[in-house]
Amino acid sequence: MQIKPILAAMRHHKAGTVLIALQIALTLAIVCNALFIIQQRIERMARPSGVDETNLFVIRSDWADKSDPQRIDAQMRADLIALRQLGSVQDAAPINSFPLLGSGWDNFIKLQPDQVKMTTDSAIFFSDEHALATLGTRLIAGRNFTASEAGAQQPRDAMHAAQVIISKDLAHRLYPDGSALGKTIYVTMGRTPSTVIGITDTLQAHMTGSWAGPYAYNAVLVPAQLLNDYTYYLVRARPGQLDAAMRDAPKALFAQSRMRIIDHKDGVMTFAQVRQRAYGPDRGMAILMAIISAVLLAITAAGIVGLTSFWVGQRRKQIGVRRALGATRRDILNYFLTENLLIGIGGVMVGAVLAIGINVWMVSQFEMARLSLAYVAAGVVALLVLGQGAVLAPALRASHVSPVEATRSV
Amino acid sequence: MFAYYFQLGLRSLRRNPALTALMVMAIGFGVAASMITWSVFRAVSGDPIPGKSGQLYTVLVDNRGPQYNDKGEPPEALTYTDATALVAARKAAHQTLLFEVAPSVLPEGNQSLPFIAHGYATNTDFFGMFEVPFEFGGAWRASDDEGRAAVVVISHALNQQLFNGADSVGREITLDRHSYRIVGVTAHWDPKPRFYDLFSGNAFGDPVQVYLPFARAVDVEMDTAGRNNCGSNVDFGSGRDAWLHGECVWVPMWVELADQPAANAYRDFLTHYAAEQQRAGRFHWAPNVRLRDVNNWLDYKQVVPPESRISLMVALGFFVICLVNTIGLLLAKFMRRAAEIGVRRALGAPRGEIYRQFLIEAATVGLAGGVLGLLLTALGMFGVGLLFEPQIARLAHLDASLVAMTLLVAVVATVLAAFYPTWRAAKVQPAWQLKSN
Repeated sequence: MQIKPILAAMRHHKAGTVLIALQIALTLAIVCNALFIIQQRIERMARPSGVDETNLFVIRSDWADKSDPQRIDAQMRADLIALRQLGSVQDAAPINSFPLLGSGWDNFIKLQPDQVKMTTDSAIFFSDEHALATLGTRLIAGRNFTASEAGAQQPRDAMHAAQVIISKDLAHRLYPDGSALGKTIYVTMGRTPSTVIGITDTLQAHMTGSWAGPYAYNAVLVPAQLLNDYTYYLVRARPGQLDAAMRDAPKALFAQSRMRIIDHKDGVMTFAQVRQRAYGPDRGMAILMAIISAVLLAITAAGIVGLTSFWVGQRRKQIGVRRALGATRRDILNYFLTENLLIGIGGVMVGAVLAIGINVWMVSQFEMARLSLAYVAAGVVALLVLGQGAVLAPALRASHVSPVEATRSV
Repeated sequence: MFAYYFQLGLRSLRRNPALTALMVMAIGFGVAASMITWSVFRAVSGDPIPGKSGQLYTVLVDNRGPQYNDKGEPPEALTYTDATALVAARKAAHQTLLFEVAPSVLPEGNQSLPFIAHGYATNTDFFGMFEVPFEFGGAWRASDDEGRAAVVVISHALNQQLFNGADSVGREITLDRHSYRIVGVTAHWDPKPRFYDLFSGNAFGDPVQVYLPFARAVDVEMDTAGRNNCGSNVDFGSGRDAWLHGECVWVPMWVELADQPAANAYRDFLTHYAAEQQRAGRFHWAPNVRLRDVNNWLDYKQVVPPESRISLMVALGFFVICLVNTIGLLLAKFMRRAAEIGVRRALGAPRGEIYRQFLIEAATVGLAGGVLGLLLTALGMFGVGLLFEPQIARLAHLDASLVAMTLLVAVVATVLAAFYPTWRAAKVQPAWQLKSN
């Protein structure tokens, strides 16, 4: 195949050539970045929470009468006994917030009482000795809270945190050598020390924002139920009995006391719903980018078909002449395929640079990761294949132009 | 001539149906993607209180010092101590302070269940400063703030729910076991983003249902339902009182200042206040205060979600590609008619006429693309819920301005895209075309 005549012919329709190349370049730039965003979001959504999601649900109970702390404490204990007695329920625990909720309580964690800057930030979960069994999160070192350690406190009281259980990631952040168990750390923002009595397997924090990225798996469990205007109850259903437990639990709570509010819309949520809520924006972004990429590729392919068809139509006579002079159908087909490949290669070269440029800019504007070159390479291959696919039909039509055309209307 | 060219354009749409369909679809999809993401973006980035946003300032005082503050910036709200002192000083034309509350409402009679109402504890200036419209009654008086009166303003929606929309001024409502007298019912009022409470991350939260006097809420120990930020290394002691008078920030404060001199004067006053605290031994650092107006505050708090920005940009990029595509296709479409152009030119049509004819034809294509784009945008409005968080998705809607904009953008963009192909068409040499036929 001779490239020279193709290049010579291109000079005669510069505009069309540049337009197709430009379109390929821009498409590559956007599709690469869109696919990269999709991959990042999917990766984020696939992060483990560390809890038994299939059997877990949460109930938010607001106290309708905002009664005094002693009564709230007694009510919570009664509620929990009632929940744990249900046949469909494996275990239940009070908690102020939970993995993926989005809102909650986070404190700076320090290793020394006088430290000016925090060592790291962490979610603080106020719960009791049932927390781990309810979450379905394993202890990998140390021990659980005992029933006698589990107390109660109001939000503005000094934290009841003489003993704490921390998540694996937090332990590693504080003591990278793996010696966190038994150490003294400062989780109360004050000068009161806490002893690490246990370390859990992976446990996600409630924070989902991008600012919390480095702290997403830092959690401190404090053995106290929080006497606030509301509480969450984590309930773990027996395997396969989630629906039954979700029906039974609110009834059992209302049987305990009617002076509570369980929102009809989101008062009772399965963990699947919690997850869906937490990652809604990520899912939306991934869907939008997928739609845009798909439509974009389709439009670019259609554009190539349209312009090449036009060129074929324009050059019927020339094709006829070539055929009459002995060129085979295959030669004609190859001509158009090669021409398109050359344009495509030009386009993807510019596009690859553009793709990286856009990514560099996005990294500076939004907390985003660097585009992996594998994406650019995959995009380049995809667009070249797409371009060749798109040009096939018009090129085949061109190859069927009869040599007789050369004799007509000249 | 315009009507005739328009007719020609319509006819030409039918001439190469595949090519035309391709262009119309490219423009339709491009404009729809841009408009859907734009409708979300404009909703989250708009000025929530146009006309007044330059006169409302949030007040920030650094109570932590350079060692503990965030890169030199004061915390994003005030302590109870600072907020109440600054409001009591009355150095601005109007000043308000607020914190989020979520009291339980016990409806009268036993038929309905109690529920949580979302609202703010604030003072009377809030209503005037933020231009809250009233359906019945009005704001409570300044004397109610001072007298810590048990009064409340409720929203149109809550009034609907509790009193079926009747004038409920003067009636009682039970919040957290305490009885309050209703003094006003607001008309629908829900500025988005909710600039006055960005501190608690409520920019796009559910509409507010109740407002009650700040001092009263503190008296009955209503706890903040919003954010409470104690910073680092703050040992405020134990119990509610210690917290209330400690260094945790949880009270956003706003002042209304008519012009720049007034703002400068207020900033001086703030600096003076901070210096006084330094002299008193509470602050161990030089005064560090901020006065941020509404738009500055929205920027600082980065209220527009990055998702919205990124998707708008990607959609615009998509639209640009669609236009590049359109340029190519229009070029093909126009150049196919070189012979026709040659005949017209040979019969005496000046280049201007060729321009007019083909630009109008392009506008016709653009209009068709715009109509398709409109349909897709309308369809997309149902799908917005899939793409964005519910509280943001519900802000996007198809209104008259968006309809007009969709059509206008489609037509203008297509005409712009048509300039090059038209220029090429106008350059056609009549002699050449006539000869080769």
